[in-house]
Amino acid sequence: MSKTFRLDGREIPFEAGQTIMDAVLAAGGYIPHLCHNPEFAPHGSCRVCLVAIGGRQVSACTAPASEGLEVESDSEAIQATRRAILQMLFVEGNHVCPACEKSGACQLQAVAYYTGMLAPHFTHFFPHRSVDASHPDFIIDFNRCILCELCVRASRDQDGKRVFAISGRGLDSHLAIDSPSGRLGDSSFAAGDKAAHVCPTGAILPKHRGYETPIGARLYDREPISVVGDVRAHEEEVA
Amino acid sequence: MTTQLETARHPETLRRVCIEPLTRVEGHGKVTLLLDEDNHVKQARLHIVEFRGFEKFIQGRPYWELPVVVQRLCGICPVSHHLAAAKACDRLIGVARLTPTAEKVRRLMHLGQTLQSHALHFFHLSSPDLLFGVDDAVAHRNIVGVIQDHPEIARQGILLRKYGQEVIRITSGKRVHGTGALPGGVNKNVSTEERDLLLADIDRIVAWAEQAVQLIKRMILTSPESHYRFASVDANTLSLVAADGAFEIYDGGLRARDPQGGAIFDHADAQGYAELLREEIKPWSYMKFPFIAALGPEHGWYRVGPLARVNNCDRFTTPLAEQERQDFAAAGEGRPLQAALTTHWARLIELLHCTEAIRELLADPDLQGTDLRLEGDLGSLGIGVVEAPRGTLFHHYEVDPDGLVTRANLIVSTTNNNQAMNEAIRRVAADDLDGHELSEPLLNRIEVAIRAYDPCLSCATHALGKMPLELELLDAEGRRVAAIRRHADGLIDR
Repeated sequence: MSKTFRLDGREIPFEAGQTIMDAVLAAGGYIPHLCHNPEFAPHGSCRVCLVAIGGRQVSACTAPASEGLEVESDSEAIQATRRAILQMLFVEGNHVCPACEKSGACQLQAVAYYTGMLAPHFTHFFPHRSVDASHPDFIIDFNRCILCELCVRASRDQDGKRVFAISGRGLDSHLAIDSPSGRLGDSSFAAGDKAAHVCPTGAILPKHRGYETPIGARLYDREPISVVGDVRAHEEEVA
Repeated sequence: MTTQLETARHPETLRRVCIEPLTRVEGHGKVTLLLDEDNHVKQARLHIVEFRGFEKFIQGRPYWELPVVVQRLCGICPVSHHLAAAKACDRLIGVARLTPTAEKVRRLMHLGQTLQSHALHFFHLSSPDLLFGVDDAVAHRNIVGVIQDHPEIARQGILLRKYGQEVIRITSGKRVHGTGALPGGVNKNVSTEERDLLLADIDRIVAWAEQAVQLIKRMILTSPESHYRFASVDANTLSLVAADGAFEIYDGGLRARDPQGGAIFDHADAQGYAELLREEIKPWSYMKFPFIAALGPEHGWYRVGPLARVNNCDRFTTPLAEQERQDFAAAGEGRPLQAALTTHWARLIELLHCTEAIRELLADPDLQGTDLRLEGDLGSLGIGVVEAPRGTLFHHYEVDPDGLVTRANLIVSTTNNNQAMNEAIRRVAADDLDGHELSEPLLNRIEVAIRAYDPCLSCATHALGKMPLELELLDAEGRRVAAIRRHADGLIDR
């Protein structure tokens, strides 16, 4: 008999060492998330995967599963908190979905729809950020970076390059590139790197391309992210 | 000539009448009239009071975003901007000719766009003036009045527009702001199911378009003198034409003619537009004033759009529209028609052509082809020109070696018509308003003249940093306390 906990009343089996997120995804369930990617160590930074256990909110991607837990995820209260977190992410950067190459296949947009977020609500920061198109194969649009550190982790843990890091603190936090000029084209970043293919938003994108999948056939055009799954699981389809 | 009405000699002594906002046009604008004590009009201006600034804020963006980003400057004719930007991007990557499938899918999209925009303009915005008269009660002079009094005309108008929107949806993914055109091609073809969906209704759509032309023709020809006189201004004309001189809205050479129909230039390469046209800035509008360089700003202003295109082309390639064009040309008795209201006639002939051309194109198996896109090497300059519903549309982009936009210049259809619209309202002011006690119906005549040009004011205001601006601080009694002025050259004085 495997051990179980309950997610919104549903029995979820788990094995020793699994987090709540691991167990729920393995059982075919869904808890929205942005910085989580099962290929990397849990990070717990985006806070979108908040769930409540006994009235206490924890991030599902870092909380260990344990026998008999009663986990609340789909309640309106939890979804409202997630929406507020997402709304802050949207106004902190410049996320212009209508014109973005990633629209329709963007995890940030899909998670926002999943939580019922239809407007940014908060006052936009409209930060001045640039586009780094110095690399021959990829661009970085800093306007769309949500500081999830997936590229940081991928470059460090899988590519062995440490091309990316988060620099600054608080509101000044930003993605920094390890090269003499600070530009991607002068770094060791390559199109085949894992870091090129883990961004959950449109911040790291292949160059000279975009909008190649017709509207209606994009990843999240037909079904929500809770059914389709993460962008990373479809990377080859959408690349 | 009414040009002297642009600026009154002693505006401080005159009474100001303002039509704000202009109604039944796209975007925000106003007209100001300055009158003396006896109601003589001394100054008449069309001002564009909104500001969009796309030329500035796309700087630093990747070129491949342009067709999708820039179309957002309009919700009525986004396809025109989508295609002009895509054509500019084709040039940027060195693709001068698309695959047959890509070109035909784009052409179909553009025909659908012109059809829906023309239907919207005529039936929703202008038909109330024409069906009920410019003096009709305001509460009745609108699309709801048309639905009540002429339900079949309203229904056909609405369904004509819907059909055009369906063509756009099928070719670009959405009815408004789709993503069909890419640099070097398109992202989808037209499947046989999609083609059959459009074919199911096309005969009825062509028939309705034909009836629409007969409707406007009857309206104009029942009292030709008043229709030919109203807001008539002799203008140079500019449009694209096909290599054989036929009507063309997607790709062709530039043809400019003088008010008598004589050639100014013909089959000029649109890539060289900057040598042919210049733009002037005036301190009282956010919209620039383009002119034909060889003629100078005073005499070089021109008209674009349906009236210019139908006057300019030698023929239509589709039979019903060509037959109507011949009637239209005959009405001019050897001279281009210049009256504002004949624009509606020309617009509906174009609408008829679009329906016929869509029917022809749907029979072409190239629409189902799978060779969608060509690739090339990135250059630094791309210029794309199409005939938008409202007239010739220029997109000009320059990019750095990384592919980021460094400079953009958009000359939008409505901008091309800026001076022509101003001349038209001055003609109305001089002919119909001068010396009369102003009333709503009289002021509506000004709007009727502007409406004939179907201006899209939101499309038309993008230059940033060049516009002379004056800021005044007034006290509670309206007395000027302080003022600061920025000149076109950037200098600021107080």
